[in-house]
Amino acid sequence: MTLGTIITQLANGLLKSILIFSLTLIGSLPLGLFVAFGRMNRWTPFKKFALNKKSRLIGLVSSIKPVQMLIKLYISLMRGTPLMLQLMVVYFGPYYLLGISIGQNYRFYAVIIGFILNYAAYFAEIYRSGIESMPVGQYEAAAVLGYSKAQTFIKIILPQVIKRILPAITNEVITLVKDTSLAFAIAYTEMFTLARKIASSQTTLVPFVVAGIFYYFFNLLVAWFMERCENKLNYFR
Amino acid sequence: MKVLELNNIKKAFGDLSVLQDITVTVNKGEVVAIIGPSGSGKSTLLRCATLLETIDSGEIIYLGEHAARTDASGHVQYEDAEQLKNIRSYFGLVFQNFNLFPHYSVMKNVTDALISVQKVQKGKAKERASALLEKMGLQDKADCYPYQLSGGQQQRVSIVRALAMNPEVLFFDEPTSALDPELTGEVLKVIRSLSEDNMTMVIVTHEMQFAQQIADTVYFMDAGRVVEKGSPESVLQSPKEERTQRFLERYSTP
Repeated sequence: MTLGTIITQLANGLLKSILIFSLTLIGSLPLGLFVAFGRMNRWTPFKKFALNKKSRLIGLVSSIKPVQMLIKLYISLMRGTPLMLQLMVVYFGPYYLLGISIGQNYRFYAVIIGFILNYAAYFAEIYRSGIESMPVGQYEAAAVLGYSKAQTFIKIILPQVIKRILPAITNEVITLVKDTSLAFAIAYTEMFTLARKIASSQTTLVPFVVAGIFYYFFNLLVAWFMERCENKLNYFR
Repeated sequence: MKVLELNNIKKAFGDLSVLQDITVTVNKGEVVAIIGPSGSGKSTLLRCATLLETIDSGEIIYLGEHAARTDASGHVQYEDAEQLKNIRSYFGLVFQNFNLFPHYSVMKNVTDALISVQKVQKGKAKERASALLEKMGLQDKADCYPYQLSGGQQQRVSIVRALAMNPEVLFFDEPTSALDPELTGEVLKVIRSLSEDNMTMVIVTHEMQFAQQIADTVYFMDAGRVVEKGSPESVLQSPKEERTQRFLERYSTP
């Protein structure tokens, strides 16, 4: 196999990597925001029991924040286990755990679902860091001016949060480019899976070198784009 | 006409009682100055009046309309969100540290709430903003962003932002405390010009001289209570209470 055909084949794989990358971002960036809201949710439905302060158990129960707890568990699972394993759970889970037979197309959906769920958890924590770093004065100024809560968040808080978290988001997005290669765990043929196949069938390391170069330039592009975004937000401090 | 009535306001943070039965009435066109040592509850009172903090007991009434009341059993009840939104349109607040929106230009800082909260037409909002900015000597700063302005200019913009909403009463929470002495003058000048326009104002301040010059009524607060109230002459020149005298002594002997 010539270098030319290796490059063409891997370029096809690269398109699939780009597809995973794009769909993951489209799904996880908004989902992460909702997860962040859940993580910051202070709803305490059992608070009414707190009137009885005698029992320590009741005190404990009354301070339970179910939404926050659930989201914390979700984030901790997503961050605490390998993405590769999560992909396998999403792909094999429906059949082995629930007995649902899965179609051929499901492999691709499993990759996307797995990636979105995993990245939303990381993005949620980045959003949270940004939201919680906002000075309370911004909320107060907006409240006094009569902005609703939704207006305050969308018009006043979010633009400033985005500026603050952009460097952290860039980090995560670059990691995502490389993480797309983990789709090989459930044999979805994106670029890296393809490179492994070619390498073993042709007994050559060239496909890995080519794939590495592709990843590198992909990330160069991502970094360039993100820097442009940062510059665009440089008009205020 | 009474613009604001704060009746028997009580507020505690946990076990710490910050406001203990405070009553303040502000009439139309009146300038009220609230003075007192740090931790006396001045700012908390302002934050309660502007609905940034909730009170534990008492009444808040703007132009005869209740924002909060206390029922017979002692529970505070705030009006519904709709009415509170209405109440919020009656007052403006100028913060100690400005709290301008850094991502908005001066013009947008002033006009955005007009347009998106009060639903004023964009052109009209800009017109009103331009007129006010010009009055404050900020006409050439309309396209600047807050970080490009000095502290004094930022505070003047935040005054314009509050004024643009056409409030019945304007609150100032130590408007010059975050400014260095050279810049306080320009902000005080603006507030003085507002008092000449008969703007109703409640000013929490450490500027005694200034309070004396522009206030109609001075409240001296200490430890969550109003120790003394009256004309600036009576409170600042010949205070009756020993606590007021002690406080003012520190200002007269630098």
